Amino acid sequence: MIEIKDLHKSYQMGSNSLHVLKGIDFSVKEGELVSIMGSSGSGKSTLLNILGMLDEADSGSYFLDGMPIKNLNEKVAAKYRNKFLGFIFQSFNLITYKSALDNVAMPLYYQGVKRKERLEKALHYLSKVGLADWASHLPNELSGGQKQRVAIARALASEPKVLLADEPTGALDTKTSYEVMELIQGINDEGKTILIVTHEPDIANMTKRIVNLKDGVIIDDTLVEQVKAVAHV
Amino acid sequence: MFNRDRWDEILQALTANWFRTVLTAFGVFWGIFILVILLAAGKGLENGVKQGFGDIATNTMFMWTQTVSKPYKGLPKGRRYNFKISDVQSIRDQVPGLLYISPRNQLGGFRGSNNVTRGLNTGAFNVYGDYPEIIKQDPINITSGRFVNYGDIESKRKVAVIGGGVVKELFTDGEDPIGEYIKIQGVNFMVIGTYSKKSNNGDGEESQKEIYVPFTAFSQAFNYGEVVGWMAITANDDQSITNLKGDVMDVVKTNHSIHPEDNRAVGNFDLYEEFKKINGLFIALQGVAYFVGTLILLSGIIGISNIMLIVVKERTKEIGIRRALGASPWAIRGQILLESIFLTIISGMAGIAVSTGIIFAINKMLEGAPADNDSMFANPSVDLTVVFVALFILITSGLLAGLIPAQVAIKTKPIDALRTE
Repeated sequence: MIEIKDLHKSYQMGSNSLHVLKGIDFSVKEGELVSIMGSSGSGKSTLLNILGMLDEADSGSYFLDGMPIKNLNEKVAAKYRNKFLGFIFQSFNLITYKSALDNVAMPLYYQGVKRKERLEKALHYLSKVGLADWASHLPNELSGGQKQRVAIARALASEPKVLLADEPTGALDTKTSYEVMELIQGINDEGKTILIVTHEPDIANMTKRIVNLKDGVIIDDTLVEQVKAVAHV
Repeated sequence: MFNRDRWDEILQALTANWFRTVLTAFGVFWGIFILVILLAAGKGLENGVKQGFGDIATNTMFMWTQTVSKPYKGLPKGRRYNFKISDVQSIRDQVPGLLYISPRNQLGGFRGSNNVTRGLNTGAFNVYGDYPEIIKQDPINITSGRFVNYGDIESKRKVAVIGGGVVKELFTDGEDPIGEYIKIQGVNFMVIGTYSKKSNNGDGEESQKEIYVPFTAFSQAFNYGEVVGWMAITANDDQSITNLKGDVMDVVKTNHSIHPEDNRAVGNFDLYEEFKKINGLFIALQGVAYFVGTLILLSGIIGISNIMLIVVKERTKEIGIRRALGASPWAIRGQILLESIFLTIISGMAGIAVSTGIIFAINKMLEGAPADNDSMFANPSVDLTVVFVALFILITSGLLAGLIPAQVAIKTKPIDALRTE
C-alpha cells in the first residue's frame, strides 16, 4: 500500500539547515495497523506529513497504492488527499461553526457528492462511531473523545485507502484514549490500513507493528502482539 | 455557483461577525450611493437647462442680413441688402437635407412703440409674419382656435394668433378674443387663435406678448414686398445644420452678389452648436460624477479587501483543515471571491436602493413646486444603464477586492496552516 525508498527531508532554519529525515525505507501492506514512535524531533510528524502529501520530500520515492507521489501540484495533491487519505489530528481540527454531521460530510462535499447522499453517508459513519444522536451538535458541545470520534468518522467518510493519525490520543485522558483506540482497532479489523504517530508506548502496543524513529532514521521495526483496547476499557 | 452549501458557508462566514460585516458593507454602500446621487444630480441639472431650450428644434439655425464687408463685382463694401422670398426657394432647391425653411418678417421688437390697438386699449407687441412651419421649429402651445395655415398664406388672409399677454392687455377679463379684430399699425386683423409659450431663458413674460400673422398678409399689409427679414432653417434629423450652414450661406451670397469669402454679410446663430456645447458640458459633468463616485467606491472596496484579509487570517487553520480534507485551491479561492462579491453586491444594491429612494423623494418635492418656475433643476434621475453600469462596477470590484485575500488564503501551505492556532 505504501512504499517509501531513501526519503530525505531537511528544513531551512535561517542560515543552517536541519536534516530531519535521513533516508527512510519503509513499506506498509494493506490492512496493517502501524504505529510510528519516537521522541520529539525524531521526524515522525514530518514523515506523516509527507505520507499525507501535506509536505513534500527533498529526495527519495513514495508510492501510494502503486502510484508515484512526486511533484504534485496543489490541485492534484488535494484530489489525492481527498480520495486516498483520511486524517485524524491530535487537536481534532473540526470546523467549529459546523455541526458534527456537516463536519463529517465535508470530504464528500469536496468530492462533489450530492447533498442528500452526502448527509446520508455522513450519518452512516457518525452512527458507526456511535454519535448518531449528536449529529446536529456543534463541536464545542462535544467532549474530547466525542470530538475525536467525529474526526474519525470524517476521516472514514471519503472511504480512503489509508488513515493517517497524528497523535490521535494526545489530547485525551487514558480512558478516552483507550475508547478511541478501540474504535481504531475495530476499523482496522474491517481491513483499513492505518498509520498512527504516537509517543505513548501503551497506545503503540495496541497496534500490530511498531516503527521506532530516532534522529531521522528508523532504528527499529517490529511486529508486536496486539493488545486489544477493549480489555482496558 | 448556485449550490446551497456554498451559500450556507458564505452566510455563515458573513453573519459570524455582524457588526464588522455591516461596517465593511457601509464603505461600498456609501460609494455607490454617492455615485448614483451625483449622476442623478447631473442629470437633474441637464434636464433643467434643457427645459430652458423649451421644445425648440435644436437642429436649427437663424439667419439675418448684415452689411457687406467686402467689395465684389463692382459693388462697394458697406452695402446693405435684404433676403428675398425667392431665396427661400433657391436654398430649398440647392441645399438637400433641410427640413424646414421659415422666412419671417417682424414689426416691433425691443422697446418698440405702441403698434397694436383695439378700441381704447393699446400695446407694444412683436408682430411676426410667419409660415406655418415655424410652429414646428419654435413650438408654441395653441390654447384656443388655430395657428396660421397654408390657406391663410395663399389667400393672404389678415388673421392673427395672439399670446396670452396680448389677450390680457387688449381684452377685458372673460372676453373671448376669437373672431374679434385687432388693429396692427392701422390694419385690422381677425384673431383666430391664442397661444401660450413655455418660458424660454427667463423671457417668459415677453414671449407671451407676440402676434403671429400669415407671412404673405404681413408683406402686403405693411409694404414689405419681396423682402424677408429673417429665416429659421432646420435640417433633417440625420443631418447636422452646422455642416449645412456653409452651403446655405453660399446660396445667399451667390444670389446677392456677395464676395464668397465675406464672413460678415450673413448674420447667423447656430442653435445646434450652442446645444452641442451645453451637451458637452453635461457629458463632462457626468464624467466627473463617475470619476468622483468611483473613487469613493474604491475606498469602500479597499475596506472590503482589508476585511477579507483579516477574515482569511482568522480562518487560516480552517482553510488548512479544508485543504487537508481535499479542498482544491480553486474551491478555497472561489469561496473567498464569492464572499467578497456577495458582500459588495448586497451593500451596493442597498446603496442603489437608498439613493434612488432619495431621488424619488426629491422628484416628489419638485413636482409639488410651481411648474412654471425657472429652476435650473428638474427631474433628477438615473436610467437603467447607470444601474447596470453600477452593477458591473460592483461585481468587478468585488472580484478585485477578493483577489488578494483569496491568493493569501492559498499561499500558506496546508501543513503550516494546520499548525497555526
